[in-house]
Amino acid sequence: MPEPPRPPLSGDRATGLATLRTLWTVRRFEEAVDDLFARGMMHGTMHLSIGQEASATGVCSALREDDLIASTHRGHGHCIAKGAELVPMMAELLAKDTGYCRGRGGSMHIADAARGNLGANGIVGGGVPIAVGAALAQQRLRTGRVAVSFFGDGATNEGAFHEAANLAAIWKLPVVLVCENNKYGMSFSTERSMAVATIAERAAAYGFPGVRVDGNDVDAVHAAATEAVARARAGEGPTLLECVTYRWKGHSKSDKNLYRTREEIEEWRALDPVTRFERRLVEACPGVGEEDVAAVRDAVRDAVRDAVRQAMAAPDADPADLLGDLPAAVFWQPVGTDARREGVAR
Amino acid sequence: MTAVLDGTAAAGAADARTLTYAEAVREALGQAMAEDERVLLMGEDVGVYGGAFGVSGDLFHRFGPERVVDTPISELGFVGAGVGAAMAGLRPVVEIQFSDFTCQAMDQIVNQAAKIHFMLGGAAHVPMVLRAPGGSGTGAAGQHSQSLEAWFAHTPGLKVVMPATAADAKGLLLSAIDDPDPVVVLEHKLLYKASGPVPEEAVRVPLGVAAVPRRGGDLTMVATGVMVGRCLEAAERLAGEGVSASVVDVRTLSPFDAPTVLREVEATGRALLVQEAPRHVGFMAEVAARIVESDAVYRLRAPVARLCGLDTPIPYAPQLERAVVPQVDDVVAAAVRLAGVG
Ligand SMILES: Cc1ncc(C[n+]2csc(CCOP(=O)(O)OP(=O)(O)O)c2C)c(N)n1
Repeated sequence: MPEPPRPPLSGDRATGLATLRTLWTVRRFEEAVDDLFARGMMHGTMHLSIGQEASATGVCSALREDDLIASTHRGHGHCIAKGAELVPMMAELLAKDTGYCRGRGGSMHIADAARGNLGANGIVGGGVPIAVGAALAQQRLRTGRVAVSFFGDGATNEGAFHEAANLAAIWKLPVVLVCENNKYGMSFSTERSMAVATIAERAAAYGFPGVRVDGNDVDAVHAAATEAVARARAGEGPTLLECVTYRWKGHSKSDKNLYRTREEIEEWRALDPVTRFERRLVEACPGVGEEDVAAVRDAVRDAVRDAVRQAMAAPDADPADLLGDLPAAVFWQPVGTDARREGVAR
Repeated sequence: MTAVLDGTAAAGAADARTLTYAEAVREALGQAMAEDERVLLMGEDVGVYGGAFGVSGDLFHRFGPERVVDTPISELGFVGAGVGAAMAGLRPVVEIQFSDFTCQAMDQIVNQAAKIHFMLGGAAHVPMVLRAPGGSGTGAAGQHSQSLEAWFAHTPGLKVVMPATAADAKGLLLSAIDDPDPVVVLEHKLLYKASGPVPEEAVRVPLGVAAVPRRGGDLTMVATGVMVGRCLEAAERLAGEGVSASVVDVRTLSPFDAPTVLREVEATGRALLVQEAPRHVGFMAEVAARIVESDAVYRLRAPVARLCGLDTPIPYAPQLERAVVPQVDDVVAAAVRLAGVG
């Protein structure tokens, strides 16, 4: 059943401020992560979505709580926008036992299955078939839920994307394929990696709509996502939604940014999706003033600080119960000759 | 260039200087590309970016975009293109950014590249090299840290190489590029920054010959990849405790230099087989079987022992990751235990 049309996120005070809170939370969470990383307190690697907050926020705000998402290596924003709690999220990144994945996943594999986040993925394109499968389950189980797949522009050059898109099309699955086109797959620009001009037009090959929106405008993303979700829920099948955006930071911690110019980065920083929405609220949303947005900023700052503090204080992930989360079959072990395993088991 | 270095790795080569493992790979690529116009490097971010691990460095500036080819994120496509290009006249070196992403390209590697020479009755060759960093230790978790060598070594038609030193990274890669058949070169991401003596010339290290970087009398450690260095370090510590250990670096998993391994195991009568990969159905299971089905079994003073990664995916948390993969302490403990048997 199609849902009633929804007003823009900036249309009313409560929704507008809640949306702003999500945008700022993603931004501040990642700034905190960046800082912890730089100070050597966080391990592994990080892919920050700073500059891309509007796509996660706009899409997830078009979803119901029980809808599903599959995320990417750049997945902090998706996780937060889908309703994750900051403490277990930060705890996961800090390799704590209380983290969402008990320290096994880290940033690149952050998941929150209880809120329908089936997980970030270290494999480019790896989540697209999973989202399509999740949509198949909703269709067969008649739950009325939809699934969203987040992926980057680079992922649309993988076979996994194309095969999954075709399955979604022929089975008319309740899935929305959301491409966050930030113009680069690591160092390779879309101008060089594809011979078509937009990601959206790739949908034509599979026979479903492809829609391109300003991915730094959370209202625009939300409107397009709302329509795509409604189509999906109504049994009309998939939509490919291309959100045109930009990542301010390098691909990961080791990126020297040799493949793009400072000017280009500056141009996009001027299109900041967070402050842009903030301005829109103050200028156009009834009942929202400067003091309201300042209060949101303060609240988010405190929440993120508090999450870091709580996560830091949590117990570390413990090697003693490393084997606790695996299917029984892999425990097959002969006895006797592996000194180290006995050492660990002891 | 036909200079060949055999037996132990580059130690002793007169013109050796110190390079990192990554620099050694780059030097091999540069020399091979300069020697033979048909050689090209292809992969994700190998161009201006210089490679995710910095391996290709300045090659793009030296050889240009036709020889150092950036590809989209399309592993199956560009590995397959490497297979076809190799069959039809080029000598592609295809880089997979992390060995885990060979999964995307497995059809082209296993069903195509490995079998073409055989299935065409010898009428065609696939002189392609597939380079891929494997292994754990960087906190990159389950999908970026695997040791998949057993998959490749189990596939007839693929040669599989795991260089453990900078000199071998260069010498084995040069041999792989010369080879008429597909060679999978599994580099280790923790080794890229490790340095060692590397000959300046394009000295080949032959495929299929193990190295014996250390000899001792009490036990023989047989290792692959990053574990070779850990075994050498352990052997050094064991020497202080009165245990003297040999270390064999397998270097080439396929073809496997069984004679060297058997000879070294016979010499001490005790075998400790060390790999980073999980134990179950791993490469060291094959080594163990080779020992016990040969006459070396009669020389054993103790059962063959294996020290392997746990049979789990690689976790993210550093303390978990360390616990999953053998560390120097673990090698020492296992060696002491083994040396006390028999
Ligand atoms: C199958 C696979 N190939 C390569 C990589 C290495 N890698 C990780 S992220 C990335 C770029 C992805 O680009 P895109 O899909 O556009 O997403 P973005 O990083 O821009 O968000 C690459 C090449 C990977 N993780 N998985």
